[in-house]
Amino acid sequence: MIEIKNVSKGFGDKEILKGVSALMETGKTNLIIGTSGSGKTVLQKCMVGLFEVDEGEILYDGKSFTSMQEEERKELRQQIGMLFQGSALFDSMTVERNVKFPLDMFTKWDHKKKIDRVNEVLERVNLKDTNKKYPAEVSGGMKKRVGIARAIVLNPKYLFCDEPNSGLDPQTSMVIDLLIKEITKEYNMTTVINTHDMNSVMEIGQNILYMYQGEKEWVGNNKEIIFSKNKKLNEFIFASEFLRDAKDMRMLEEKGIIDNDRNMEEVMKDPEAHLLMGDNEKRESHPDREDEK
Amino acid sequence: MKFFKLFGEYILLMKGMFTKPENFKMYWKELMHQCVEIGIGALGIVSIISIFMGAVSAVQTAYQLTSPLIAKTTISQVVRDTVILEFAPTLVCIVLAGVMGSKIAGELGNMRVSEQIDALEIMGINTKSYLVAPKILAALITIPLLVIIAMALGIWGGRFASVMSNIISTDTFDKGLLMGFEPFYISFALAKAYTFAFIISSVPAFYGYNVKGGALEIGRASTTAVVTSCILILFADYVLAAILL
Repeated sequence: MIEIKNVSKGFGDKEILKGVSALMETGKTNLIIGTSGSGKTVLQKCMVGLFEVDEGEILYDGKSFTSMQEEERKELRQQIGMLFQGSALFDSMTVERNVKFPLDMFTKWDHKKKIDRVNEVLERVNLKDTNKKYPAEVSGGMKKRVGIARAIVLNPKYLFCDEPNSGLDPQTSMVIDLLIKEITKEYNMTTVINTHDMNSVMEIGQNILYMYQGEKEWVGNNKEIIFSKNKKLNEFIFASEFLRDAKDMRMLEEKGIIDNDRNMEEVMKDPEAHLLMGDNEKRESHPDREDEK
Repeated sequence: MKFFKLFGEYILLMKGMFTKPENFKMYWKELMHQCVEIGIGALGIVSIISIFMGAVSAVQTAYQLTSPLIAKTTISQVVRDTVILEFAPTLVCIVLAGVMGSKIAGELGNMRVSEQIDALEIMGINTKSYLVAPKILAALITIPLLVIIAMALGIWGGRFASVMSNIISTDTFDKGLLMGFEPFYISFALAKAYTFAFIISSVPAFYGYNVKGGALEIGRASTTAVVTSCILILFADYVLAAILL
């Protein structure tokens, strides 16, 4: 479990994080979402120590990361795996050597044991026969999977993913999302994902932190987000007409108003459906709709 | 003001290298890899430059020494001293600043931009000591060796050109080489080589390590690193000459 307590961070005169507090739960996929410039990347970088916080505290299972000495941090970092937006694989190394690198650096295992472990994690992320390929020779989705394999090879307790779906097609994105979710459960890790992807929010958002202009705006899960009345959150998540319709459908499904036995005409006559979709009327005032008119 | 900020950051980078390695074997492997990259990688260009600079200095010295009162052995003495004192350490290191400096700055800059340095940091590796220190150490090991090779090849180039151009015979050239030789010149040249090796490796490493932005900034960092290294080499060359000679 990672606890963020009243964290503030600024660069020069600009304050990026303004007293953010949140809890990242163990065994769950914790998502940090928000518009560009909302501070989610800075928050994640503060959590892993790439940026130092100006105020506040970050606790890993009760231990304060912010007040740790460099040596203690080094030890803790060996329990942290991170998947980067661009995968951050070492260009000059093969897939196998990339995944083996943390083992070479931090274990005294013999070569065979290391290779067995590399093959085990590569198999876990559904990558076979890629050991001898270089990062430049594999696709974007495969690079992400190699990144995940490298991140989990030391059995970390905490996994951080920065925009794991950026640059991937929807189908591959889904594969990566589900893989992260499965691995989180399997290894009982605390996974923190920084994302823009709405599919990820809906599919794997077990604990979601929505950031707005450097502040915590909303916290919940992918079920609660459907019913949220938070205007800023709804404008961000359900930005398009298509997504707003999808939200309505999901809401009706969740409440059992839509099922296979009822056609849409019946549903639309249901007063409860109208009550739930009350927000739709508010859409009339949505700027996009104004433009359409 | 900007100079002091940069200098302060440079000192902090140097200071940050001195930590206990996470795994000595991996650091040793990286050091050997860098020795090959810097040493073997630059051997070709160093050889070509050295032979030609020796040959040109022999031909030009002969062209200028027209008086019959000056002994022919002076040509080889001039070639020997200019190659040992100036051409081999300074000229070779200026070329290496271009070749190796841009390579080091580009490599580290690319690693910074593509978040590879962040990935290493998050693994708990001190990137200053793992990425920068082996480059500086490798430069300190291989560049003085390259300078020694450059000295030998430069003198050989002068000898070869002198003979081929019928300026002087090999015997006369060899005789001149041994006349009035100061062994201190070798120590002086090596002192220069060590100083320049540190500049060639640490300055580009500093610029590459601190790149912010994208591909354009990597190019800018490489250029700045090479220009700064060259200026510092020339400045250090003057200071060392003023102090040691």
